[in-house]
Amino acid sequence: MNVIVCVKQIPDPAQPGELDPSDNTLKREGKLILDESDSYGVEMALQLVDTAGEGEVSIISMAPNGEMSGMRTALAMGAAKGVLVSDPELAGSDALTTAKVLAAASQKAGDADLIIAGTESSDGYTGTVPEQMAEVLGLPSVTFAKSITVDGDTIKINRQTEAGYDEVECTMPLVVSVTAGVVEPRYPSFKGIMAAKSKPVESFTAGDLGVAAVGWAGADQEIVNVEQAPAREAGEIVEDDGEAHLKIVAYLEGLKLI
Amino acid sequence: MAIDNIWVFAEGEDGEPTSATLELLTKARGLGTVSAFVVGDGESIASKLGEYGAAKVYSTGDLGGHLPGAAGAAAIKAVIDGGDTPGLIMFPQNYSGRDVMSRLSVKLDKTVLTNNTDIEVDGDAVKVTTPIFGGEKLVTTTFTAGGPYLAAFRPKSFEPSAGDAGDGEVVSAPVPDLGATGGAKVTEVHVEETTGPKLDEAAVVVSGGRGLGEAEKFEMVEQLAKLLKGAPGASRAIVDAGWVPYSMQVGQTGKVVKPTVYIAAGISGATQHMVGMKGSKNIIAINKDREAPIHGVADLGVVGDVHKVMPKLIEALQNR
Repeated sequence: MNVIVCVKQIPDPAQPGELDPSDNTLKREGKLILDESDSYGVEMALQLVDTAGEGEVSIISMAPNGEMSGMRTALAMGAAKGVLVSDPELAGSDALTTAKVLAAASQKAGDADLIIAGTESSDGYTGTVPEQMAEVLGLPSVTFAKSITVDGDTIKINRQTEAGYDEVECTMPLVVSVTAGVVEPRYPSFKGIMAAKSKPVESFTAGDLGVAAVGWAGADQEIVNVEQAPAREAGEIVEDDGEAHLKIVAYLEGLKLI
Repeated sequence: MAIDNIWVFAEGEDGEPTSATLELLTKARGLGTVSAFVVGDGESIASKLGEYGAAKVYSTGDLGGHLPGAAGAAAIKAVIDGGDTPGLIMFPQNYSGRDVMSRLSVKLDKTVLTNNTDIEVDGDAVKVTTPIFGGEKLVTTTFTAGGPYLAAFRPKSFEPSAGDAGDGEVVSAPVPDLGATGGAKVTEVHVEETTGPKLDEAAVVVSGGRGLGEAEKFEMVEQLAKLLKGAPGASRAIVDAGWVPYSMQVGQTGKVVKPTVYIAAGISGATQHMVGMKGSKNIIAINKDREAPIHGVADLGVVGDVHKVMPKLIEALQNR
């Protein structure tokens, strides 16, 4: 079974985000890491290939500046190879262009039974790319997957819903987006980290893939204003001296909730 | 040419339009002539959609096990190809809305703007407002290519109210042959049992986070929620850790709540979480770290150990 996983390399979410004042895109010049929401998909893919007993996991990623650290993390976890689309012209691309680029990149990674992505990135969180990719590729898709099992030519997925979950069956190939927290992503071993350095990563530009209108020029949208949101008025902060719960009781009384 | 033909992606639940649907209709009818598009059975909710301003209600009818994404986008595209072209389609930022919009954006080759909380239509220009960095900044974005413009809005962005009633005339919009894209079928539906008020409708929400230390301690959150006739919620951290189901998650990837009072217990206030609760009328935080971002938005911030404050609070309320 061959599985492709889409990963995004993002600024460390622990650091406060910043916009580039010249074009209002998210600043991405610092160290980039593998988006944690993508690590679940990598883990799921590795487990599926392991269970199948044959095939491999390929990683595809789009990054404006040749950034590979996140992809290396995925390779160190156990993926076999990578396809990186890197092109300065990709900076500012919208989700639709990203989906077109990743769809083309997936074809460079070879035939796959399954393409996995996270439900949304932790930095831009547009949340449309997996489903858009499926449409570009003309494939069926299942979003918000909690678990994936393979039964012959059919894939069975438990899909998260507002009310609980649905059992869904689908033919392969297909695109699946997985929710966070559904598996425990493995930590790359020392051996894995060393091996990742020699795993093949092919690089392409947007032009190589035949995707036009990339970057801001093709985003069909323009940021016209950025402003500070109205701040909530500062409240009262109390140190717990053993009686702070009474403050909460009084506050709730004031709201006539008790 | 000014935008007048506006569509709202509408959904029903238990024979009623969802709150998100009514919110979008309320906003849309102030912007132009409104049609609702129901991916599923639109017939049963059409009159209510009319009361909120829908002149026309497109209905695909039962999806027969298809997921809404591929089926809904194909049905919408077929109506557009048939000659009714919307200037703007407003989607709710939820599972179905997101999936249908994504597929449709490829079919129409149009960009999407998601996670919005407001919209302004000025002639043929459409501007949407999106909170970023956990609601710290507001970004206004305009579409620069032609319509149909595709935009998704967070729940609770607009206050729903009936008015400017439309006919709610039902028009059939069957799902065309989906080919390979229709390969996924729902074989069974599971509904998780819940008691008490719904998380996104409760007047009181008590949420727990990693500061609780262990899964068992979430019981305190549930107990306090019950005492206050509220609903328990959770940060993404403890949902990811498997302590509580995803349906309890408050935040960017979970529910948006705007209760009368929101009590955050052992939650630091990651931007992911803040997006989902910052609109609460009152916020009470219990967190031992004075510098935790949650204290920055709290009306009452208790700097203390959640394991000491919560039991005392529960006891005090039980003794009343």
